Amino acid sequence: MSAEASVTAMPAQNRGWQRDLIGIAVILVAAIAGYFLFPNNLALLTRMIAIMLLVLSLDLVTGYCGVATLGHAALFGSGAYAAGIAAAHFGITEPITMIAIGAVGGALAGLISGIVILRGHGLAQLVLSIAIIHLFHEAANKASEYTGGSDGLSGISPDPVLGVFEFDLWGRTAYVFGIVLLLLVFILLRILVRSPFGMLCRGIRQDPVRVSAMGASVKLTLIKMYVISGLVAGVGGAFNAVSTQVVGLDSLSFTNSAEALVMLVLGGVGSLYGALIGTIAFVWIEDLVSAANPFHWLTIVGALLIAVVLFAPKGLYGTAATLLERYRRGGK
Amino acid sequence: MSPLFEVDHLQKAFGGLNVTRDVSLSLGKGDRVALIGPNGAGKTTFVNLVTGHLRPDSGQVLMGGEDISRFNPMRRVRAGLVRSFQVTRLFAEMTPEEHVALAILQRQGKSGRMAGSFQAMPDVMRETYETLETLNLTALGRVPVSEIAYGQQRLLEIALALALRPKVLLLDEPAAGVPHSDTFLIENALAQLPADLAVLMIEHDMDLVFRFAKRVIVLAAGEIIFDGLPGDATNDARVREAYLGGYANGSAA
Repeated sequence: MSAEASVTAMPAQNRGWQRDLIGIAVILVAAIAGYFLFPNNLALLTRMIAIMLLVLSLDLVTGYCGVATLGHAALFGSGAYAAGIAAAHFGITEPITMIAIGAVGGALAGLISGIVILRGHGLAQLVLSIAIIHLFHEAANKASEYTGGSDGLSGISPDPVLGVFEFDLWGRTAYVFGIVLLLLVFILLRILVRSPFGMLCRGIRQDPVRVSAMGASVKLTLIKMYVISGLVAGVGGAFNAVSTQVVGLDSLSFTNSAEALVMLVLGGVGSLYGALIGTIAFVWIEDLVSAANPFHWLTIVGALLIAVVLFAPKGLYGTAATLLERYRRGGK
Repeated sequence: MSPLFEVDHLQKAFGGLNVTRDVSLSLGKGDRVALIGPNGAGKTTFVNLVTGHLRPDSGQVLMGGEDISRFNPMRRVRAGLVRSFQVTRLFAEMTPEEHVALAILQRQGKSGRMAGSFQAMPDVMRETYETLETLNLTALGRVPVSEIAYGQQRLLEIALALALRPKVLLLDEPAAGVPHSDTFLIENALAQLPADLAVLMIEHDMDLVFRFAKRVIVLAAGEIIFDGLPGDATNDARVREAYLGGYANGSAA
């Protein structure tokens, strides 16, 4: 029996990796297509990449662990400021080092907000997360000597990537650098979410009492995930600092946090693909609609969101996946 | 030698209500004990005191002579004291295979690994399917729990407890919510529990209790009123009084 079981186990595993390879290929193709289709809009695409990293990071705690938070930009902004301050005040302008510093900054912010937010449950958790983002925002505002306060932090001029590729006026280097970072993070996260640790996190989302009855520590697991999430958001924030060469207070804002959550819900909670698709859809629609109708674009975005939440509660990716599954089953 | 599992003079009061009064009992290796009692006898409170979800006012819980009264629920599980739940607590979106594998990984200290997959660990897969096989769940290994019948979810609940390799197993109404026609499934599963495992079962289904237990403990109004052989319990005057109230005396008179 056991031999049989291990034989039947292999195809399922391979199928999972095949799907991942397809996913990575799709991201690559989309990235290349974006590069050639929108050569004048690379700045927007680059911003999209930074936000994708934030939404992926949010998905780790909200989608996989079930932690409700409206303060996730604290992790992103900390990464951005860590990288920005290192460059502007300490002369660390090597871009990969800046990203690493941002990751550490984000992880630290993740640790702090994790410890605070996880003390509450449900509504209390949400309120704590809002408090966190406001505190971080205010701290950055007050420490204007380092952060530039409400004027923003400027004077960030990163060196060429690997000493070769200079950041150009069209943002080509920034875009390619971002795509490489995104792919790297995405692959690592795919490994993470299917690992035993990822499974434990999914268990916690579905029933924390059962997980502790298995002898696992719910709190410690969640804090670990928060730190990992901070690493990812920190990379996103640092990348934003590197690519735009400024860090503004808005990166540490409640609005930024809330929008990230909206993008995640739009794309589909609990799936890395959903996080990516939600970000693309939201930023793209926002850009399109705000250009078409600068006065009522927020109304249109709001109406679209209501439509998605009402008619596709699993988000764009989740709904598409469900439909595909139903079609497959029906086809057989 | 100290017994495998011991509860020593456990007391708990909620306000003025004494829900657990001076409860002492002990279990040795391989014991099959049923804890029964009328509604409101304090069985659930007792389980929560033992598993660490409630703090007793006084008294101790011991495993192999070691006082675990100050342990939180998680550490008690690690010490070998495992419970199942009265109402199934499972991960709706996950498969039985994932459930059991996760329990095994947790027991082996591998649940924190951030790379790899349990499906690529032959020893984990082998043990997972051995456990599922014991409970006749192999065919359902890859079906999400939300799609399998409640009776089989109850079996998975037992499988999870077994995968943790407990020394003492607390079964909180294993047959609750299972249609009577399917109770035999639970009974078969219980018959296959490891021989040296000490089992304390809380149950309402008397047929199941009398077939399974070698010893019966009766709890009434927070107190142990009987501890002995199942056959003697039915003839005990205090047990009859607790279950039937005045009617027991009335019919006897």
